[in-house]
Amino acid sequence: MKKVYQKLGLLFALVVMVMSLGACSNSSSKKNVLADDKKSNTITWGVKADTKLFGLMDVKDNQIKGFEVDLAKAMTKQILGKDGKARFLQVTSQTRMPLLRNGNIDAIMATMTITPEREKQVDFTRSYFDAGQAILVKQNSKVKSVKSLNKKGAVILGVVGSNSVQNIKKFASKAKVLQLTDYSQALTALKSGQGDALTTDNGILYGMSVENPGYVVRGGAFTKEPYGIAVDQGQTGLKNAMNKALTKVEKSGQYNKLIYKWFGHVKGFDLKEAYRQ
Amino acid sequence: MISIFQNYGGLLLQGFGQTLICSIIALFFALVIGSGFAILEVMPNKLIHGLAKAYIELFRNIPLLVITMFFYVVIPMYIAKISGFAAGTIGLTLYSSAFIAETVRSGIQSVDPGQMEGARANGLSFWQAMRYIVLPQAFKYVLPPLGNQFINLIKNSSVLAFVAGMDLMYQGNVIASDSLRSMATYLCIGLLYLIITLPLSYYMRYLEKKLAA
Amino acid sequence: MLNVLCAYSWVNIKFLLEGAGVTVFVSVVSIIISYILGVILGIIRYVNFKYVSAIVGFIIDIIRNLPLILVIFFTYFGLPSLGFKPAPIWASIIALSIFEAMMVAEIVRAGIASIPIGQMEGARANGLTYWQALRYIVLPQAIKNMIPAIVSQFISLVKDTSLATIIVLPDLMNHAQIIYGQNTNYTIPMFIALAVMYFIVCYSLSLLSEYLERRIGRSKAVDPEDQPTNPDDPNNPNNIANLDA
Repeated sequence: MKKVYQKLGLLFALVVMVMSLGACSNSSSKKNVLADDKKSNTITWGVKADTKLFGLMDVKDNQIKGFEVDLAKAMTKQILGKDGKARFLQVTSQTRMPLLRNGNIDAIMATMTITPEREKQVDFTRSYFDAGQAILVKQNSKVKSVKSLNKKGAVILGVVGSNSVQNIKKFASKAKVLQLTDYSQALTALKSGQGDALTTDNGILYGMSVENPGYVVRGGAFTKEPYGIAVDQGQTGLKNAMNKALTKVEKSGQYNKLIYKWFGHVKGFDLKEAYRQ
Repeated sequence: MISIFQNYGGLLLQGFGQTLICSIIALFFALVIGSGFAILEVMPNKLIHGLAKAYIELFRNIPLLVITMFFYVVIPMYIAKISGFAAGTIGLTLYSSAFIAETVRSGIQSVDPGQMEGARANGLSFWQAMRYIVLPQAFKYVLPPLGNQFINLIKNSSVLAFVAGMDLMYQGNVIASDSLRSMATYLCIGLLYLIITLPLSYYMRYLEKKLAA
Repeated sequence: MLNVLCAYSWVNIKFLLEGAGVTVFVSVVSIIISYILGVILGIIRYVNFKYVSAIVGFIIDIIRNLPLILVIFFTYFGLPSLGFKPAPIWASIIALSIFEAMMVAEIVRAGIASIPIGQMEGARANGLTYWQALRYIVLPQAIKNMIPAIVSQFISLVKDTSLATIIVLPDLMNHAQIIYGQNTNYTIPMFIALAVMYFIVCYSLSLLSEYLERRIGRSKAVDPEDQPTNPDDPNNPNNIANLDA
């Protein structure tokens, strides 16, 4: 019995050690990310690799392609000059925040809505894309809009860490919400009949419906989801540089070209509303 | 960490419960299925032996995540709807049953074959001899390794997080992204897993020593 | 049927093989690190260096009893606060190496403990020091007993690499998910491919284990025809003292 107490004591000591370690790390000294990036001539972006139209892994050449990747490349050139390099790290809704705060990535451009809660943790640029939350259902589904999901027994699929799973509770409080690890898993779960609808931002859902003809975005957007680029708190220099770069990309017409390139052929997508300047 | 327990106590408790329930169900069925295949594997009939061995090798050499995703994704597309919790529990059961079968088989083989022969000579059938003479002795040998399999099973139940199985790990992911404090959350989750696994692990070591003495 | 054939197009197969390459790379590096680390820790655990062994033993017990996914999270999200920012591939290697090393350490500890104490006493009585006895008498026998357990642990390691998809390690599992995520018709073909590919790697490891067991088992009862050279030759692989290398 004595040995057990000894071990419990050790466990306690270990927990305290780890906790104090965690506490220390929160107050680690902040570096100037913008200056570091200029030195290395590289910006590391956290992007999605499972989201058609925004950031999707191309099986043919192992490259992530999408609107956000192209926009990030254009903005990198504006910030670092013509030879500036953009590095991409795949993130999911679940991993992106810790990775940013730890400094694995310099900025997140991964279909991330600007919300007050998140603004307590990270700094956002102004919005670079205005999405709205919607639902994706099977073509022959009886679900007409998010309202018809607000009943017992309805199952809605979402992704861990995405804003939409927080929102959906307000619109369909009686439904059960299942959170999968990423969008391709959520879509696969919808196709397997694990839920009645998949909810997230309409831009992402349009991408899914393009690829999967049997599925449609229904009922229109019921929230406003402005996407922002997130940088770590206190990186004001980087944030300002990003805002400036975004303005330049918009003014040069490059932004609209990218919108057209990625969303021009999507049925139901309002190009005019998305265009800027 | 304390604030995580305060703010998300309900979710943590729910996840803890689901993990326990899933582990117990999976343990029960894995024990039954695993022991069954272990007996089939030591049967003299070559065909039965081969089939049992094939089952064991199949589930021992494929990742648990693949098996679980198969039940979550493929089966509902073609056969029947299965919830994440059920898919995870089925996957966990099949996967663990292969390991338990191997453990029980080695236990059966460590029982002196003279025991079986003696029992048969005394007029017991193969199954009776198995049931009353060999298995009770075998289980004594394999109790510590079986305990370790159970600990592995509990740890492996975290695979339910991949299929929204509402277990402890899933709730951990949900809380981590809601509170935006991933390290603190995962430390809490780790502590909760240790509450189940650590005492079991010490008990198994104690048993091992007692049986060796 | 056509779907199945399309699923196995060269593009998809190549993408899967790239993932398999990552799986194998991560597995091999982790196996090497965890074996070395595990044996060292196991010995520390067995040899009683008062507090060191107690603390090492305790850390082993803690990590061993956590789900691997948590260990992966701790390395990927926790290490950066110590000033080291690993890419997913290195975070996976570190997490797997540490986790499996703890499992190996426990196997080694139990393995050494299972060797009758008389072996050590006899060796000491014959004038060997404690370390010599451990190195030349106890460890070789222990390692021989442990080989099946260690190899099956390494098989688990290969399978466990699939869990690292949660931090987007571009491994076999992740690449298969990407393919069937983009086209549902490929789901079953991808699961078949996954099962076959993992099975091939893991089952060949099992066969290797059986081969090693047989080979080492044979060295105990030496067949004179299999013994081309002097059994006391230190370079002879059948000499039991060389087996722990």
